[in-house]
Amino acid sequence: MNAAAQLAQVKEPQIKVSLRNLDFYYGATRALKDINLPLYANKVTSFIGPSGCGKSTLLRVLNRMYDLYPGQRADGEVLIDGENILDPAIDLNALRSRVGMIFQKPTPFPMSIYENIAFGIRLYEKLSRADMDARVEDALRGAALWDEVKDKLHTSGLGLSGGQQQRLCIARSVAVQPEIILFDEPCSALDPISTAKVEELIDELTHRYTIAIVTHNMQQAVRVSDYTAFMYLGELLEFGETDEVFNKPKEKRTLDYVTGRFG
Amino acid sequence: MTDHIVKSYDRDLEALGRRIAEMGGVAEQMLAEAMDALSSFNVDLAHRVVSSDPRLDALQREIEENAILTIARRQPLAVDLRECIAAIRISGDIERVGDLAKNIAKRTLKIVSEARVPRAIVGLKSMHEIAAMQLKDALDAYALRDTERARAVWQNDSDLDALEDSVFRDLLTFMMEDPRNISFCTHLLFCSKNLERIGDHTTNISETVVYLVTGEPMPTERPKTRVPDFGVKDEAAQ
Repeated sequence: MNAAAQLAQVKEPQIKVSLRNLDFYYGATRALKDINLPLYANKVTSFIGPSGCGKSTLLRVLNRMYDLYPGQRADGEVLIDGENILDPAIDLNALRSRVGMIFQKPTPFPMSIYENIAFGIRLYEKLSRADMDARVEDALRGAALWDEVKDKLHTSGLGLSGGQQQRLCIARSVAVQPEIILFDEPCSALDPISTAKVEELIDELTHRYTIAIVTHNMQQAVRVSDYTAFMYLGELLEFGETDEVFNKPKEKRTLDYVTGRFG
Repeated sequence: MTDHIVKSYDRDLEALGRRIAEMGGVAEQMLAEAMDALSSFNVDLAHRVVSSDPRLDALQREIEENAILTIARRQPLAVDLRECIAAIRISGDIERVGDLAKNIAKRTLKIVSEARVPRAIVGLKSMHEIAAMQLKDALDAYALRDTERARAVWQNDSDLDALEDSVFRDLLTFMMEDPRNISFCTHLLFCSKNLERIGDHTTNISETVVYLVTGEPMPTERPKTRVPDFGVKDEAAQ
């Protein structure tokens, strides 16, 4: 293969997650309708759309969170590295360490900062004290929180500010060495400075993880994401590179939504 | 297009468009009066053109400020963002058209005492007809968001370039006929250049209109039919 073809191949983004003909039901209500889209590896994909369009529902399919609730089911396929995670034989605990999730409201455990991180690791690995200390530090550095908490690791996680709590949750996800991190409106409850810190973190996290983010903040989607999916009433109306979707969308409804004309 | 949910957003964008139309009107009038003053050696009219320029400058500053405020306030995307950028660009082009008309008026004040070769102005009047039409069409294209009209302006600029070449040759001929014509004709040469530059600004406006509507830049180089003459460097190619 000549050098130009090699370069072209390197630049082609790899697909980490593939959603195929995905339907989702809350009881008899079909909340997701025939969704087909890729999540590219080491890229950020944002999901936008009016309230009730199914974006958070879609996110919760990616780590089988809906399994916790009776009456909710998914049909179709969700392939992570070619493996269908909707298969009943899948180990859900292992899946949820591969696919981390950060929620809108920070959810630190009522434990020390150290224990918040160590708790998850202990579920999967048996580490010496020294190794665990190193992993906790790694995770907190990975969430840009280490410098702020290194002298109070054994104080309660609940004593941190909202922005710090959110970064603690990110550290907790990162600690179990995931491949994919899902963010569901991670900054809606945060002040602008904390928001900026989380966005900066997302920029850095992309080097190691594949990221999906649901956001109501259009400018945030433009800033942080490489690809954008616009959803409406359970359907995927448009998917493409973020710059295209926000500057020259193909669908009129996408244009109306991103420019604030959606009535 | 559907209205924005926030009505004041629509009002902000409409206000930009109205101000551009107002600026366009002032520039068109300045150009018409400058050429009138030149052909009739009318000093008062020339002075009036010169004194109109500050109003145009003020309008341009106002449009730019409002466009920037709209960007900061609304964080516009897609066509709305392009509206703001287009307003900034087009107001800049119209302001330059006004400057060029003012310069023609100032040259009139310089040559009015000489009034040597009236027939030399004939070529300039033809150039003015085309330039004025181009300016009107470009402003109409913006007001109507009409890409076809914009593309026509872009195409027709080559006519103005060709006419400038022929005016250039005529003026050289007059200068060679009689050295006493040199000063007068040199001023007219600058005026012809100003008219050609006005044409260039109308093509800039057209390119901006196409970008505004489609989000795409104009595809190729603007058509140019310049033929360098008498060994003179082709400025347009630089």
